[in-house]
Order: sequence, then structure tokens, then C-alpha cells
Amino acid sequence: MSGDVLLASAAESGCHLVPWGGAAQCGFPAPDTTIFDFNTLWQFTIAGITFHVTKPMLILWIVAIAVVVFFVLAFRKAKVVPGNMQGISEYGYLFVRDGIARDTIGKEGDKFVPLLFTSFFFIWVLNFVGVLPFFQIPTTSRFAIPVSFALLIYILWVPLGVKRQGAGAFFKGMTMPKDVPAAMYVLLIPIEILSNFIVRPFTHAVRLFANMFAGHLLIVTFSVATWYLFSPSVIGMLGSAASFTVTVGLTGFEMLIQALQAYVFTLLAAVYINDAVHAH
Amino acid sequence: MSLLAQLAADTTQFQVTGSLGSIGYGLAAIGPGIGIGIIFGQGVQAIARQPEAYGVIRQNMILGFALTEALALIGFVAPFVFGK
Repeated sequence: MSGDVLLASAAESGCHLVPWGGAAQCGFPAPDTTIFDFNTLWQFTIAGITFHVTKPMLILWIVAIAVVVFFVLAFRKAKVVPGNMQGISEYGYLFVRDGIARDTIGKEGDKFVPLLFTSFFFIWVLNFVGVLPFFQIPTTSRFAIPVSFALLIYILWVPLGVKRQGAGAFFKGMTMPKDVPAAMYVLLIPIEILSNFIVRPFTHAVRLFANMFAGHLLIVTFSVATWYLFSPSVIGMLGSAASFTVTVGLTGFEMLIQALQAYVFTLLAAVYINDAVHAH
Repeated sequence: MSLLAQLAADTTQFQVTGSLGSIGYGLAAIGPGIGIGIIFGQGVQAIARQPEAYGVIRQNMILGFALTEALALIGFVAPFVFGK
């Protein structure tokens, strides 16, 4: 059942725990991973490659434009005494610069603020559309999107480290921890290579993806349960109301997780950049 | 026949159906569950002892939380990837 099909069936199907209004009884239509698949809205071919534009892709473009337009409008006519929009934007900027860049990387962090600022707000809004009516799919729950973000950070910090510290010093610092008996290096070097260069970018992407994926799946499960349990009977009313309450609560909780995960992704990006800029 | 022997004789009745991934997720959540508890517990203690260091403590707390949580999340995603 794809996301589109689920939406259509939720609107018309009479699938309830207690059948009423002539509908048939059926088992709980538990949502599975296919709710993250969407039909192609539009496709075009460039140089023999066919691109399929789906809802998450469309949302990605809309969010990118929205974020750019918002901050251009906020900072276009910057005043000494900021208005509402400039005030909020400056608060966000200071949060990223002082809270993430300077705290993690230090004085040199200022150079990376544009990247971290973009990363934080872009990912936050991409997550946030998961609870926004009509969008209702966190774009980052499509694995390709966090993977491309994590790859971007990965291909930034590894060459940066080589450039700043020299290849030898950088890889030595990343794979050979100091003050360890020499015999331990037999064990430590493979572990450090695995953890710093293979597991690190992987978990960087999976952390964002899995949080959004799990959160969306939970909200959908309880939304479906609200409709499935609904019937004009005591048990139907109570069950449906309970599921609906949980859906609302989870939506609030999700909004917290969305901001937290955007922060965590950006913070880890800053930590990785710090590893490249400063020797261990 | 003792209960244990009876259970052993009827093993076919105790087949597990459905996805083993859910059990795998349960196992994967134990370690990070304990770890996250320790991280936030110690973090709150640290903030209580030194409220003026709140910013630094919170940042490191969230960093530790994110690194620990990754294990549980891999456990969550693996059944979907390898389940079919």
C-alpha cells in the first residue's frame, strides 16, 4: 500500500474493528514501509536518464526555495534595530554560530557557519513538513536524502583534514590514539578505521533517517488505528478517542524530535569538521 | 510426565511466526536504553552541581545521546532492510 493508496483507502474504505454502515469487518490494516513510496507525479528525460519526480522530491524543492526566500527577505534590508523577522533569523544565526560552531570548532568555526546554518535550517524544515498538513511526509525519511547530506559532510571533512594537517598526520591522528601500548595498535587501528571512516558517515545518515522514519510510522499507525477503531459503540468511541489523543501527543513529540535531530546532525557535522581542523 | 519434558515433546507447538526483526530490535534497544539513561542521569546531576556550565553540559549530553542512540536505530532499521 503506497502513501497515495493509503490516503485514498482511509478516505473511503469501511474497514473497522466493529463493522457498521454495511461495511465488512477486517483485520487491522497495519501500515508498513510502503507508505513511504509515492507515485511519480512528473517525469522527464535528460541525456537518456529518466527522472521521476515524486512528492518528497517536490517537497524538497519547495522547502529549499522557502528557506532561501525566508532568509533573503529577513536579511535583505538588515537594520541595526531588527524587526520581527530579522530578529528571529538573527537569533537562529547566533544559536548556530555560538551554540554549535564556536563551542565545537572554536574561533575557526566562524568560517563554517554558512554551511552549518544552512544544514540546520534546511534539515529542520525538511523534518517539520512531516507534521504540516498537506505535506505530511518528513522528506528526510527517504533514505537517499540524509545519505546525500552525510556524504556532503564526509567529502568535506576528510579532504579538509588532509589539507590542514597533511595526509600522514591526519590519518595517524584519526586511527592511532595517543598514550596506548604499542601492542594494542594491532587491535586499535582496524577498529578506529572502521569507526571513523566507515561507521561514522553511515550512522550520521541513519540517525536522521531512522528517527524521521520511525516517528512517521508511529503517527501513521495511530492515525490508521483512530479510523479503524471508530464505530458508533462504546468500545469504538473510547478506542478511537484514545488513539486520536495519542496521535496528537505523538505529533507534539515529533516536533521536538525534528528540531533535536536537525541540531544533532549539525552538531555532529561540526564535530567532524573539528576533527579535520584540529589535530587530536 | 513433567512439564519440562512435555514442553520438549511439543516443541512444534512453540514455533515463532512473524518477523524475528522485532525481537532483534528489542535486543538492540537494551544497551542504548541503559546508555541513554546513564547519559541523561549524569547530565542532570552535572547541571544540578554546576548550573552555570549548563550550555556545555547540555551540548555534550546531546552528543553522547546521539552517538548511543545510533545503535538502537540501526537495530530498528535492520529488520526493514533484511526482513523481506
